[in-house]
Amino acid sequence: MSGRDAILGKIKSNLDRPNDLESKQAIQNRLQAHQKNLIPQRGELNQDQRIALFCQEASRVNASIVELVHFDEIPAAVSEYLRTHQLPAKVKIAPHKDIASLDWDVNTSLMIEEGRGAGDDGVSVSMAFGGVAETGTLVMTSGPETPTSLNFLPLDHIVVVRAHEIAGNYEAIWERIRDVQTKRGCEGTVPRTVNWITGPSRTADIEQTLLLGAHGPQRLHILVISEATT
Amino acid sequence: MQSTSPNFTQNAKDALQDDPLQAALAKLTDGFPIQRLEAAARLPEFEDLRDEARDIKTHVLENLDLYLEAYEKKVVESGGHVHWCQTAEDARETILKICQNANAKTVTKSKSMISEEIAVNDFLEENGIEPVETDLGEYIIQLRDEPPSHIIAPAIHLSKEQVADTFRDAHTDLEKDRPLDEPRALLEEARAKLRTKFLSADVGLTGANMLIAETGTNVLVTNEGNADLTNNLPRVHIVIASIEKIVPTLEDATTILRVLARSATGQDISVYTTFCTGPRQLNDLDGPEEYHVVLLDNGRTDMIGSEFHEMLRCIRCGACLNHCPVYKSVGGHAYGWVYSGPMGAVLIPNLIGMEEAQHLPHASTLCGKCESVCPMRIPLPKMLRRWRERQFKAELGSTRARWALKSWVWLVKRPRIYRLAMNMSVAILGQIGFRGRFKSLPFAKGWTSKRDLAAPTGDTFLSQYHNGARGDQSGELIRRGGRK
Repeated sequence: MSGRDAILGKIKSNLDRPNDLESKQAIQNRLQAHQKNLIPQRGELNQDQRIALFCQEASRVNASIVELVHFDEIPAAVSEYLRTHQLPAKVKIAPHKDIASLDWDVNTSLMIEEGRGAGDDGVSVSMAFGGVAETGTLVMTSGPETPTSLNFLPLDHIVVVRAHEIAGNYEAIWERIRDVQTKRGCEGTVPRTVNWITGPSRTADIEQTLLLGAHGPQRLHILVISEATT
Repeated sequence: MQSTSPNFTQNAKDALQDDPLQAALAKLTDGFPIQRLEAAARLPEFEDLRDEARDIKTHVLENLDLYLEAYEKKVVESGGHVHWCQTAEDARETILKICQNANAKTVTKSKSMISEEIAVNDFLEENGIEPVETDLGEYIIQLRDEPPSHIIAPAIHLSKEQVADTFRDAHTDLEKDRPLDEPRALLEEARAKLRTKFLSADVGLTGANMLIAETGTNVLVTNEGNADLTNNLPRVHIVIASIEKIVPTLEDATTILRVLARSATGQDISVYTTFCTGPRQLNDLDGPEEYHVVLLDNGRTDMIGSEFHEMLRCIRCGACLNHCPVYKSVGGHAYGWVYSGPMGAVLIPNLIGMEEAQHLPHASTLCGKCESVCPMRIPLPKMLRRWRERQFKAELGSTRARWALKSWVWLVKRPRIYRLAMNMSVAILGQIGFRGRFKSLPFAKGWTSKRDLAAPTGDTFLSQYHNGARGDQSGELIRRGGRK
């Protein structure tokens, strides 16, 4: 008997369920319905309150946030960030149409590279799928335009998120991910990696002293773009 | 892993004499429990979410076989492989084979209790493959060849000086007299060392906080980001998880995530919550090319439908450790195996045998704090009592303790004699107690060597009750006690 059969068989005999077929159908239904459970009140806000709560919660976990109106303000905001933290003028950007198409020459000394993350990346700019207000969380999905390694290898991570894509709660994001996958013809699947990111990397493993920048980024900088176009 | 659980009594004595350990444990007491309370206070729905989280896992366990089949189907559809392993040995062999097929020299690992349970590190090493723990705490204890002493803070028992010594011994390529006084310097050194490992590893081995049946996804929760570099960079990603980690849907996982970090560290949510599904997809720029899930039984199917069934709801948050007066006194290593605290005292006998772990169910005052903070509302004290009953039936434990218990049972089953005996002892002890207390008593050295025992005053509760005595509104009738 294979390990699979032995494990499943033992569970079945120990459970002693009355009607297997009925249970099987009930479980298929439950999986397909993927109903929402209780959503906390703080996850059920209107758009303005959502953005306010998102910013408040993200700064509580040591992220910095700048609100911009248009996408084309991003290169200047990135330059500004590099100056503030006295970082080398070198940035790895996601090959995302809304980021790669920007006029990065606004700061001529800025070196721009496009692609996935590398071990010696200092600063990256990537595009969020959305945000979650209840905990100030960014949601990143993997894909050809959004490599996951950009979220973890650099020491400074700059993330662009559209204000109207900041949801109140995580469940609203799952719904959007399902919609996007269905539109792509991949119904019932999810991207290879979905990251919820809430503040920069940290550890308290040495004497419970909180330190930022354990293995992932030491700083997380969020650019919230309010223009409604996509 | 070879257990030292049979030596619990000696382990505990040693731990109480260990000053650095006691200092570390004192810090733990001040930290996590208070942060948990604050996080719960910020979320009015916290208690309701705990109920929902419990109900989700209860439902899963009642249909575990069906959910496992549904989960497996989704993993395969997304291009991954599922390996079913009944024993630790099966799991080790399976992991080794995957590594060998990938021609792996180095395997990066993010923290996984199951990997400790199957002692995969030693096994890989014996077979010429270098396993590298990447969680900072796990990295430190791997260098020291120690097991974790806490589920979520594995190196909690060490001082920064001990960590500095460990790094000096291990990182011999660096200057001998480099300054390592500050935690920041220690972190920087570990980060640099591990960064090269992340980039060169052939296989990444992670655990799973949950497995989602709806999509065939595994969930990883960390604060450091090490699990992400582990699963994303190497060519092969292996997930090792025990069968009870299943939850039905993304929504169900979300509900459990709302109580996990709050119970564990008092964060609203951990920094990184990651959902991995299968290998990299068409045109993805990164991610592994192969995705394997090693599903481990290792004694869990025996728990299904048993008195310990509910233990399978555990999500390994560590709250019961942080709140346990015994854990906070002796730390995790005293328990002698991978797990510790109240959850360990219930789980370990299930996994390594009741006789081997016979002391652990007694390492509890049954104060009930563990159950009151458990996000999954697992009745830990009830299950500890179940183990004690089983041990009594199996005639384990000292003759003296068994004799004392038997006499006690004889007495309490005869109320008249019991009351008479109580009235007499209360009267006699009340008379001979010096200034209302005892400095020593036969058969009670364990208590009186550390503190005085209060002598009884007045009559027993029942005689007072029969004579019409009633408490005031606060319910307090008498409160007395003595400490040295």
